[in-house]
Amino acid sequence: MRPETEADLAQIIREARAPLSITGGATRRWPGEGAAAPLDTRGLTGITLYEPEALTLTVRAGTPLAVVEDTLRAEGQMLGFEPAGAPGSTIGGVAATNAAGPRRLQLGAARDALLGIRMIDGEGNIIRNGGRVMKNVTGYDLVKLMAGSRGRLGVLTELTFRTAPIPPARVTLSLPDLDAAAAIPALTLALGGAWDVSGAAWLPGRGALLRLEGLAGSVAERAASLSARLAALGRVEQAEDDPWPLLHAVGRDPALETWRILCRPSQAPAILANLPQPLSLDWGGALIHVALPAGSAPDLPPFDGHARRVTGAAPGLIPATDPVTRRLNTELRARFDPRGIFEGCD
Amino acid sequence: MIQLPQPDPGVLSRRAAIVAALNDALPGAVIDDPAETRAYECDALTAYRCPPLAVVLPRSTEEVSRLMRLCHDLRVPVVPRGAGTSLAGGSMPTEDAVVIGLSRMTEVLEIAPEDRMIRVQAGRTNLAVSGAVDHLGFFYAPDPSSQLACAIGGNIAMNSGGAHCLKYGVTTNNLLGVTLVLMDGSVVELGGPMGEAPGLDLLGVVCGSEGQLGIVTEASLRILPRPAGARPVLVAFDATETAGACVAAIIRAGVLPVAIEFMDRPCILATEAHCGAGYPDCEALLIVEVEGTPTEIDEQLALIRDIALRFDPIEFRESRSDDEARRIWLGRKSAFGAMGSLGDYICLDGTIPVNALPQVLAGITDLSRRYGLAVSNVFHAGDGNMHPLIIFDANKPGDLDRAEALGADILRLCVEMGGCLTGEHGVGIEKRDLMHVQFAAPDLEAQMRVKDAFDPHWLLNAAKVFPLDASAPRRERRLNRPADAA
Repeated sequence: MRPETEADLAQIIREARAPLSITGGATRRWPGEGAAAPLDTRGLTGITLYEPEALTLTVRAGTPLAVVEDTLRAEGQMLGFEPAGAPGSTIGGVAATNAAGPRRLQLGAARDALLGIRMIDGEGNIIRNGGRVMKNVTGYDLVKLMAGSRGRLGVLTELTFRTAPIPPARVTLSLPDLDAAAAIPALTLALGGAWDVSGAAWLPGRGALLRLEGLAGSVAERAASLSARLAALGRVEQAEDDPWPLLHAVGRDPALETWRILCRPSQAPAILANLPQPLSLDWGGALIHVALPAGSAPDLPPFDGHARRVTGAAPGLIPATDPVTRRLNTELRARFDPRGIFEGCD
Repeated sequence: MIQLPQPDPGVLSRRAAIVAALNDALPGAVIDDPAETRAYECDALTAYRCPPLAVVLPRSTEEVSRLMRLCHDLRVPVVPRGAGTSLAGGSMPTEDAVVIGLSRMTEVLEIAPEDRMIRVQAGRTNLAVSGAVDHLGFFYAPDPSSQLACAIGGNIAMNSGGAHCLKYGVTTNNLLGVTLVLMDGSVVELGGPMGEAPGLDLLGVVCGSEGQLGIVTEASLRILPRPAGARPVLVAFDATETAGACVAAIIRAGVLPVAIEFMDRPCILATEAHCGAGYPDCEALLIVEVEGTPTEIDEQLALIRDIALRFDPIEFRESRSDDEARRIWLGRKSAFGAMGSLGDYICLDGTIPVNALPQVLAGITDLSRRYGLAVSNVFHAGDGNMHPLIIFDANKPGDLDRAEALGADILRLCVEMGGCLTGEHGVGIEKRDLMHVQFAAPDLEAQMRVKDAFDPHWLLNAAKVFPLDASAPRRERRLNRPADAA
């Protein structure tokens, strides 16, 4: 089913008698998702409002991410949270999975840029929340609740984002000799000072990576000062290419079983000590991606955060969700989707 | 006048037994002497007052949990209170409610500069959070103007903003996790590293829920390295519309200052009389502040100067010393005090798309004339968060009603132009009944379902946020089924 209007979509949901799997480009699925009959959102397309001078863009959920990004680029703007895209990715999927790239450190994730939504709940009601202004505390923030809800409460039909100017200048510093664990102190040092770092990651073969963006003179000044401070931790180079898109592909290879571990950066070295070399670190070490043998689980010390299997055959989540959080999730789902039309997982 | 619901007679009739049960649960923490509960009868929306049934001041999450379970089992309404600085009546009590106040919960629990995080008890003031990490070179970014007094718990309840949101975001963008006590006394940890936890974003919906979903007792907050420096400029214009257009042009150019503040002529005149900051004689002025090292600041200000000069300003005033910078901010920082000396005022909080500023300012001028009440504008222009101040005389019969009616019309205009009723103060009781202007019935129903999930008996801060007619069926369900089996 591929409705072309919000009203048709609502009608389909009202008439549904069996579970549906809300589907955009299906480029961000976790194990276990996508088993029910697909409800395709890609018929709902088009940018309905773009005001560069107000930094706002309103777009229907099935619009390809690439179309959104091209439109913004033509005006010198971007989605500041830097969502990874794969061919076919839709903007609705970006919002529903709370996508975020390296710049999350500075500008947050999709949830932070999302200003307003239109959605349809499990009974076919059309619901609006938020709006198109940057500061809005009028009523509950269902925008945040829906961002990252992965289709469990309803179908997002239209989204309004805060856009960001593309910084005119960029420098990436790398410390190529550092392994993942040794990269953590370098990333922490950079994020602990006034260098306004917009990316702090690690990749095999590339070492620690730090991105500085802004006006040209300021970027050069910050790069020089940060390089000097980092020199004590290893050889510092200025990258000649743009390594950041390499992070977009991590965690998407269906041939690997990939775990996504979210932790406090100070706990990352202890976590890494029990793991094979990771696929990547991002967000200053708060995000670890690692490939493990099929069916296995990472051996983790006690830590604040969680680990999830994001590619592979079966769902996996460590630690298990506590009973109160589980109850609240269940209660909310029962109220937004009392008939259990929307497929979902924990 | 704002309507307040009738108190639950069943609760009032059990008053003595309820106070006794609270005293048993938490000896030494209960205030029920009417002379003392009066200190809690209102928040910063002082036109509306009502002493609560009792006030309890717990010291820990465990104590809050014990109190909540007790009130839940007795079916007694609860009103949470941080520091009582809400401008919207968010912590205003009802006669049948127990106020649970956070004023004894002010400890720093953990400082982790390497994780760029601080964890505090929720009664700690906003400024004291920054104060606890200042020596490490860090700060907590959201800076509501009440930051000296307001509690972090209240900031989270209202999703507070401040002058520097344009760059750093509001509370929800700087909140990593909370300990939340639900109405039934259960305790849950929400959020995690980067503010993220598996499942639905419960932290995201709790932030800004105005104390209706639970009481936040502890919070993990993102702290940021303090910038090397900051410098403001002042740009004066001969028309408010031109100032508005200049704001849009600065943002369009891709420069994102940390703050763009706007003041119109009535506000400038009032602050000049109040503190003599030496502002130019003009219709409107902008204060634009940028941050960074001296090189970065020079580079950004050069761009801003180029843009501003295209709008033919009366003056472009730079600051060459800390003292000059202080004088640029002086009038803005004393604006609310200065307006207070003009008479009583209502401070609105509507937000509009930045490019609608000129049109909305013109609309406010028209409305002000029609009602015969002066309106002065001072606000965060960079993010479209307006604070029109309506000046009236509380001693003049009918003046408050007229001022409230003018305020409602201004907020309707904000919504019409694509904006919203409140950008950072919250709905509380103040804008509760205007929610119909912004939301259709299914929109409100969806929000109330969230409260159903967290607080099925609607005991927590229930007469706020939602229009009384919309929430009545849910609130009255409780009254019809009083404290039977818990």
